[in-house]
Amino acid sequence: MVQPDTVIEIRELRRTFGATTALDGVSLTAPAGKVLGLLGPNGAGKTTLVRILATLLAPTAGTARVLGCDVIKDAAPLRSMIGLTGQVATVDELLTGRENLEMIAGLYHMPRSRARHRAAGLLEQFGLTDAAGRRCGTYSGGMRRRLDLAASLIASPPVVFLDEPTTGLDPASRLAMWAAVEQLADAGTTVLLTTQYLEEADRLAHHIAVIDHGRLIAEGSPGELKADLRGDLVEFHVTDPAQRDRAVQAIVPLGRATAGTGRESQRVTLPAPAGAATLRTALRLLDDAGIAIDDATLRRPTLNEVFLALTGHPGTRDDGSGPAAAGNSPVTARSTR
Amino acid sequence: MTAQTAAAKAAAPLTFRSTGPLTFLTDTGIITVRNVRRMVRTPQMLYFASIQPVIFIIVFRYVFGGAIRTPGYTYANYLLPGLLVEATLFGATTAVALATDLSGGLVDRFRSLPVARPAVLVARTFADFGRTTVVVAVVLAVGSLVGFRFNNGALAGAAAIGLVLAFAYAYSWLLAIIGLIVKDAETAQLAGTLPILIFIFASSLAVPVGTMPGWLQAFARNQPVSVTMNAVRALTQGGPAAHSAWPSLAWTAGLLVVLIPAATALYRRR
Repeated sequence: MVQPDTVIEIRELRRTFGATTALDGVSLTAPAGKVLGLLGPNGAGKTTLVRILATLLAPTAGTARVLGCDVIKDAAPLRSMIGLTGQVATVDELLTGRENLEMIAGLYHMPRSRARHRAAGLLEQFGLTDAAGRRCGTYSGGMRRRLDLAASLIASPPVVFLDEPTTGLDPASRLAMWAAVEQLADAGTTVLLTTQYLEEADRLAHHIAVIDHGRLIAEGSPGELKADLRGDLVEFHVTDPAQRDRAVQAIVPLGRATAGTGRESQRVTLPAPAGAATLRTALRLLDDAGIAIDDATLRRPTLNEVFLALTGHPGTRDDGSGPAAAGNSPVTARSTR
Repeated sequence: MTAQTAAAKAAAPLTFRSTGPLTFLTDTGIITVRNVRRMVRTPQMLYFASIQPVIFIIVFRYVFGGAIRTPGYTYANYLLPGLLVEATLFGATTAVALATDLSGGLVDRFRSLPVARPAVLVARTFADFGRTTVVVAVVLAVGSLVGFRFNNGALAGAAAIGLVLAFAYAYSWLLAIIGLIVKDAETAQLAGTLPILIFIFASSLAVPVGTMPGWLQAFARNQPVSVTMNAVRALTQGGPAAHSAWPSLAWTAGLLVVLIPAATALYRRR
């Protein structure tokens, strides 16, 4: 049943574009005041879902409610209670930062004095006060995205949709964006955040929904996802890459290990259902075989590995190298350190 | 369910006059101001929009003028009413500006806000109407330099200008539809210019329709651009003014009645 504090409620949502199915029956709920991370690769259906929730797109089938408002029937009242930051910064490059914010405030029908005050506060919060009087065409990419986020927060909406808010941002701007999202959550705003970045979902989201090919394939807290799908892992690096295959052979009694390839040719990863005991045994077996290692660790799987296990292909890494650049054996994704 | 409604109610104080009869006017005003700011801040757009008709005036008046006979009119008085209409249509930017906002995502932002639905389109056509009046002023100023005169009184002259502005405004709604369909500035530029070329050149713009072959005459005489040019000619130079003005007004009204709901429906589609 619907919990009293359910803010986003999606049931069997489908959306097709011609022959393409962007959303294939997604059901999902989000509680109030939490960050829901929607994690998936390009083309998974994340943006379609956000556009439906933001009343920009009609579902082909199914229902979606935000704050109790149906996104089709109650779109008009809903629009004054949501904020949307899309994948590209939708600021007017010929207007100044301040003009952009005051225009959006006006369209939320805020009183002018209040709009001016709120715009000044947000410009301050996002470090744009000095640039407030400059046209946005002169802003850096990071500044535009910050202004875009400020615009979607101007009316203090109780629900905010952020569609890949950090894609293409430099590290400093990304950190600033993360801090802003954390601040929103602290203030009790319900945030739906889409991302291809596993680290981002891991860091910001209270609850993660993984979608791929328009389907919800897993759901849970970051910890639950990691714990449910894979146990701990033992990972070590052999000193001599030539010894790697022998190392894999040596630990066969413990299970099937995975060897890294390419730049990771010294790495071996092994499922460790028994935790520290597995690590201890592995080290003894390697010692017996006379194989020197540089290091050995017992660790949780990364979300990237979880993602691979769920979707059959790796997620996008934070450093911008795509799935094709991963240089792995097909069995295990590279860890993200 | 009730709990959800309660959540929506709890959020309600955060909204500000989200609906009401004045919302549409407020929203249209805010977005029009934004559109006009953009225009003023890209003055080169206005310069070129003004230079183009000036070039047309000079080319037709002095290059072709000697070879074209317009019984009953000096060539300047024959040509300028046509160019007045041509200039407002040829350089119209509604499709390009709307497509730019659509592809840039700004229209999506407006759509996600509690903005009265047709406000974005109305604000677009209002801003372009401002641009049209600048173009009309430029054409009249340059026209007077090359010999154009109002020969039928101030009232009829003002009516002629009103007719031009009204027709151009109706036409901007056609461009709005093109912009909404193509959603890309370059395509919008082409799609908005090519069709109007036919209406501009297969018209009474620069040569009397009577010199054209019969099959073309029927089109060139009755199509809306010609009808409006003839009305402006009659209103500024004398002649059967009322007889010409009504068909133009009918076209303008007809276009608005069909195009505004069509554009609004396209904008609402999601």
